[in-house]
Amino acid sequence: MTKKDIKVVNTLGIHARPAGMIANTAGRFQSDVKIIKDGMEVNAKSIMGIMTLAAGKNTVITVVASGPDEKEAVAAIEDIFARKFEEE
Amino acid sequence: MLIKKGVAASLGIAIGKAYLMAEDNILVEQKEVPKDKVKQEVKRFKDALDKTKADLDALRSKILHVLGKQHAKLIDSHHLILQDPLITKEVPKLISSKFYNAEFALSFVLDQAEQQFEKIDDEFFHERKHDIFDVGKKILSNLVNREKVSLKDLKEHVVLVAHSLYPSDTLHIRETSKVLGFCMDLGSKSSHTAIFAQSMGMPAVVGLSDISRQVQSGDTIIVDGEKGLVIISPTQDLIDSYRKRKEELQKQEHFFHRLRGLPATTRDGHKLGLMVNLDSPEDAAEMTAAKAEGVGLFRTEFLYMNRDSIPSEDEQVAAYAAVAKAAAGAPVTIRTADIGGDRATQLGIKGLKDETNPFMGFRGIRLFLKYPDLLKTQLRAIYRANTEGNVKIMIPMLSSLEELQSVKRLAAEAVAELQEEGHEFRKDADIGVMIEIPAAAIILDSLLSEIDFVSIGTNDLVQYTLAVDRINQYVSELYDPYHPAVLRLINLVVQTAHKKGKPVSVCGEMASDAWAIPVLAGLGVDILSVPPKLYLRVKHSIRTMGFEKFSQISQQLLGLASSEEIRRVIEEELKKHS
Repeated sequence: MTKKDIKVVNTLGIHARPAGMIANTAGRFQSDVKIIKDGMEVNAKSIMGIMTLAAGKNTVITVVASGPDEKEAVAAIEDIFARKFEEE
Repeated sequence: MLIKKGVAASLGIAIGKAYLMAEDNILVEQKEVPKDKVKQEVKRFKDALDKTKADLDALRSKILHVLGKQHAKLIDSHHLILQDPLITKEVPKLISSKFYNAEFALSFVLDQAEQQFEKIDDEFFHERKHDIFDVGKKILSNLVNREKVSLKDLKEHVVLVAHSLYPSDTLHIRETSKVLGFCMDLGSKSSHTAIFAQSMGMPAVVGLSDISRQVQSGDTIIVDGEKGLVIISPTQDLIDSYRKRKEELQKQEHFFHRLRGLPATTRDGHKLGLMVNLDSPEDAAEMTAAKAEGVGLFRTEFLYMNRDSIPSEDEQVAAYAAVAKAAAGAPVTIRTADIGGDRATQLGIKGLKDETNPFMGFRGIRLFLKYPDLLKTQLRAIYRANTEGNVKIMIPMLSSLEELQSVKRLAAEAVAELQEEGHEFRKDADIGVMIEIPAAAIILDSLLSEIDFVSIGTNDLVQYTLAVDRINQYVSELYDPYHPAVLRLINLVVQTAHKKGKPVSVCGEMASDAWAIPVLAGLGVDILSVPPKLYLRVKHSIRTMGFEKFSQISQQLLGLASSEEIRRVIEEELKKHS
């Protein structure tokens, strides 16, 4: 299992478009990928799930992946957060 | 007969049979799928998904074509929802393991998602749930194979009655020739449906609260887009008198058309500037059609609508440049966005609490000066677009010299940055202010050395001068552009500005009010700026008035103490010439 805490740094938080990017990215990997915020856990491959997290700016979320490509999956998701979802 | 009062959203009269657009509520029943039919049921669901995807693709390319990129973006998130494993995986799983029918399995999953969304406090995220339900509804109607009766298939002319119209509906209205006009429960004068109706020249009344529950398909109905009335089952007398009024309006329209290209000069040879107000770059076509002299007010709020990201500088440059090009060297006055705190979440501004009095709150230049990057981006885009024509900058909701100085500092910074970065731009853009807050009118003499022009936004100026919220039903009657205080303030602005040789324009509703036009001209206002649809009508008012006469009358009006007397004097004078 690979686990990583990530802070939301883009101004609008994880709204529809970032949620879509996360779901797309997670969907490319075989591993099971989850996102946890305040004890609420959702499937990172589900845009609807991610949107229900209502993760605004400066919230911290945890990405957890388990499977054959778990490290790559977490790194890929971390990367799109770092790039602020190509918004700013 | 029943008469309902709403908001007059688009001029004209429509008389015809009502066509009620039903909200599609599909009742979902739970059925048990026999074990040997499970595979078939899953396939049925997948087919509905494919069909929905194809529908979305078709809708997207149509929206892109007719309404532009911004609206098309909405569809992209719908696509992503279609691919969500909750829908693609969870629903088939429920069908196979619990033997739910596809409709029930889908609504089960959507209900659960809805419950999650209901728990969200943050309004911005909470509102996203509508995206999901739109898509959910689309899949459902494909599942039950019930095609929404499309407006395209209308066989006879109708007056449309709806709770609310969506972009896809307005698209269909554009494609059919069967819609005479429409009325709906929701909407305001500035909502996208109202703007759509104006651009189509289609009579419309909006904000009627419950018209969709009062009308049945087939009822005879009149939509009076002049007075904002909808009349259900009118008497024959009323129908006749509306038919007459409609004919008059059409004749007028025809007559006005001949005024294109003629100057806005009074009978006695006084020349006024006459420009248009635009709400989006798409409106520029109407400006050209009316052969207008320029844009007196280009509202930029459209950039911030229907989206959850901030418009980039390049996107803004493209929008402004398009209008500047269309104006072909005529002035284009771009107002920096007058956005209220109610839309702050769309700008990425979090944690704002609902304001008890948003009209006196966080909007216009107040909001932009708190978030100077937003303003600077807009100013940079304006200077860059200025290479395509003759662009001016106008500041909304200004109330103090300090605010003006801050804006000018940011404008100077924007110019310096553009220079340093080697962008193509032109810095010689006039800067002016909107006079909407009485304070700005009163201290105008102290502002004038910093600006090139002033423009009076009468809607807000009336509202703030009289302390009347025009959408508050208890006091809206007190909203009165003919109140002596309003005329005296306008007079003060004109006198003060003219002393320093600065031109004054009026861009509020008063500028297109047949009674107010001669008074504004008489008070010395230099330019009127009006909606493109009313442009030639206003020109007609100007061309038939006597300037000398109304200069005298306006002086007389300034001495009157009540709006009733003021109206009476204007009416008497106008009657003499009609």
